Amino acid sequence: MANPIHLIEQRQLREGIPQFKAGDSVRVHFQVIEGQRRRVQVFEGVVIKRQGPGARETFTVRKSSFGVGVERTFPLHSPKIERIEVVSIGDVNRAKLYYLRGRVGKKARVRAKQV
Amino acid sequence: MKGIVGKKVGMTQVFEAETGRLVPVTVIAAGPCPVVSVRTRDEHGYDAFQLAFDEVAERKLSRPELGHLKKNGVGPYRRLVEIRGPHELTPGETVTVEAFEPGEKVKVSGVSIGKGFQGTIKRHNFSRGPVSHGSHNVRAPGSIGASATPSRVFKGMRMAGHMGAKRVTQVGLTVVDRVPEENLLLLRGAVPGHRNATVIVREDSR
Repeated sequence: MANPIHLIEQRQLREGIPQFKAGDSVRVHFQVIEGQRRRVQVFEGVVIKRQGPGARETFTVRKSSFGVGVERTFPLHSPKIERIEVVSIGDVNRAKLYYLRGRVGKKARVRAKQV
Repeated sequence: MKGIVGKKVGMTQVFEAETGRLVPVTVIAAGPCPVVSVRTRDEHGYDAFQLAFDEVAERKLSRPELGHLKKNGVGPYRRLVEIRGPHELTPGETVTVEAFEPGEKVKVSGVSIGKGFQGTIKRHNFSRGPVSHGSHNVRAPGSIGASATPSRVFKGMRMAGHMGAKRVTQVGLTVVDRVPEENLLLLRGAVPGHRNATVIVREDSR
């Protein structure tokens, strides 16, 4: 018998998620529920990590908002995510970009990959 | 009283359909459980039904066990569990996960994970003593009673000893989902016992 946990997680997987990795800039359109209303909010920034297997995978997007670093972690397969747009592909040398946390301004940028 | 016997598979998380929120769930492979026999108030003095679970080879059971199952027209099963309470089951019926609806409240009984011999801090939530200034009373239990009167330790004093591996019932769990094809039940939250432990799921009527 196949592992039932694997089966349940397989059923959660979403299709149509674009390929992206740490260093890429993305725009995440996700639903916010305020009382009865639903609206779509956009969070744009650099992906600093992707973590976890299968349906439990999450990714963290970091942006600078009014000079303050803001990070948000989304479950990759969350039904609340309407769309993920890849803005640019980053040229980085590691999978987890924690070093961006210690940097501000121009140093906090990620070079875009030349295609 | 509705009930079913199952095996704890493990935990994972699922997205809630309407809100998209992540819910921690325990997966239980429950049933199908044939009803072996019923107890009635008139004949036995109380209402209950007996479920069998976990099919095994015939040679794994003792002859009295086999005889009891055969008498009631049920094949060889490893576990036999009696669930008390009024019910409408008759021997020969089968209980499946479809007995439970998503959203229903249930309670789950099982044998908790054995922790071995544990001190009072882990076992009874005692506080620790100071670790500095020459203290030797770090994880010791402290006073266990007075002196000449009563010159003994009262029964039931909380002390170090064996912890876990006893029957525990977790109440107030919600059925999140069920997968009848695979006989799976998804319950919100944690359930007593280690993986592959036998657990009893009953309705929580409080």
